[in-house]
Amino acid sequence: MAMAALRREGRRMAAPLITPHPINPLRSSLASSDREHTLLGVRSISTQVVRNRMKSVRNIQKITKAMKMVAASKLRAIQTKAENSRGLWQPFTALLGDTPSVDVKKNVIVTISSDKGLCGGINSTSVKISRGLHKLNAGPEKECKYVILGEKAKAQLVRDSKKDIELAFTELQKNPLNYTQVAVLADDILKNVEYDALRIVFNKFQSVVAFVPTTSTVLSPEVVEREAEAGGKLGELDSYEIEGGETKSEVLQNLTEFQFSCVMFNAMLENACSEQGARMSAMDSSSRNAGDMLDRLTLTYNRTRQASITTELIEIISGASALEG
Amino acid sequence: MLRHGPRFLLSRASAASMGWRRQFATDLPAETAGDSKFVEAWKKVIPNIDPPKTPSAYMAPRPPTPSTIPSKLTVNLVLPYSSILSGKEVDMVIVPATTGHMGVLPGHVATIAELKPGILSVHEGNDVSKYFLSGGFAFVHANSVADIIAIEATPVDQIDPNLVQKGLAEFQQKLNSASTDVEKAEAQIGVDVHSALNAALTG
Repeated sequence: MAMAALRREGRRMAAPLITPHPINPLRSSLASSDREHTLLGVRSISTQVVRNRMKSVRNIQKITKAMKMVAASKLRAIQTKAENSRGLWQPFTALLGDTPSVDVKKNVIVTISSDKGLCGGINSTSVKISRGLHKLNAGPEKECKYVILGEKAKAQLVRDSKKDIELAFTELQKNPLNYTQVAVLADDILKNVEYDALRIVFNKFQSVVAFVPTTSTVLSPEVVEREAEAGGKLGELDSYEIEGGETKSEVLQNLTEFQFSCVMFNAMLENACSEQGARMSAMDSSSRNAGDMLDRLTLTYNRTRQASITTELIEIISGASALEG
Repeated sequence: MLRHGPRFLLSRASAASMGWRRQFATDLPAETAGDSKFVEAWKKVIPNIDPPKTPSAYMAPRPPTPSTIPSKLTVNLVLPYSSILSGKEVDMVIVPATTGHMGVLPGHVATIAELKPGILSVHEGNDVSKYFLSGGFAFVHANSVADIIAIEATPVDQIDPNLVQKGLAEFQQKLNSASTDVEKAEAQIGVDVHSALNAALTG
């Protein structure tokens, strides 16, 4: 294909200049102008190289456009689910309050991230916030562990906090997210991890271009009772009558587990929406940048082509005038 | 230069999207008192990064406890997949707690109730809507707001009696032939749910 293009170029150049000049210098200078390390030096960057670059940038542009469409359709599917699940955690916050500043001995940070990349900065943000929470809750007699969902956060946190990682889950989005799957996952986490407070870090989906890092706190039943006695936000908890179950602590235990699974479900859906939205933005910017790059390369290509044509003309004419005069 | 092309495109992309995100973050409602303690502690330890938002920033605050008993009860029925009732003003609800069916009227004492599979009936004037719940929790707050959180809730008229009978028979059989504790527990749950469904259809 390159040779055909070469021949086409040659014919275009040769047509107006046929008769007075011998063919050989023309052909040889054609061949040499399209070699990179050429005797002509930096005056002509080869058009072939620029053309290859343009081809690859055009391919990248097509790929990123396609990825943007795919992300847009996935976002549409999951956005309604996420918005419908927003009512799920509100009753728990209304009852138990929002206590991110609670001071406990065993903190567990549950970081939710994506498995696939090319989604902008959301995974890095989640990891930065998780590290921040870890630093905030570090201290004597306090321990802080990570439970990681998603490949990207695992890759980043393994680098410096390997000993603090308790559990890691990947490939959660193979099947569309549903409550049963999240309930099983939550059960798994609660069984295998000792916790006083669980801090879930995720990106809340505000709009297609805005994702807000958020953290939800779920306290263990013992801490709930302790905070209720201490007063403050949970102080009113004692005024609630408990129906069902044999003891108050049993009901509180069930309540905590239910709260964790509900909050996790909402958090995972919101994070998945944020991931698709971020991917859409990232791929959109990529396509636009590829377009800009392609414009610049086209200009360079035309300049290079015209420069080499001019060089040919000059050589031929000077050759001819040398022969005549 | 060719190999660096994609990396260059994508790093510019991520920088652009992070710039967009910051513009919209100011549209959120103000923080509450509990959050400000967290925000201050965060800013002291990690000054360079903005603190994460917490759930109370996304929730409208609940009304305070009124001095007189209000005339209507505000009910929120939420499932993982949708909010069936949100802020609906009704006269009474009957929830299927594990200790039996419990009627909730405006001015009910604050309660946390664990729910078993059964019927939730919502009474408003002369209309009664019945939903079969799969289980969950119900919170009644002192300000006459009731939150009912269930995993599944279907209106009773959408339940097929034949399937209920088949399911009941199937789980009874499983219970009889169960060998391990886990299987027995699962079969027992199935029997309970289907008997409750049966009772819901007939009662």
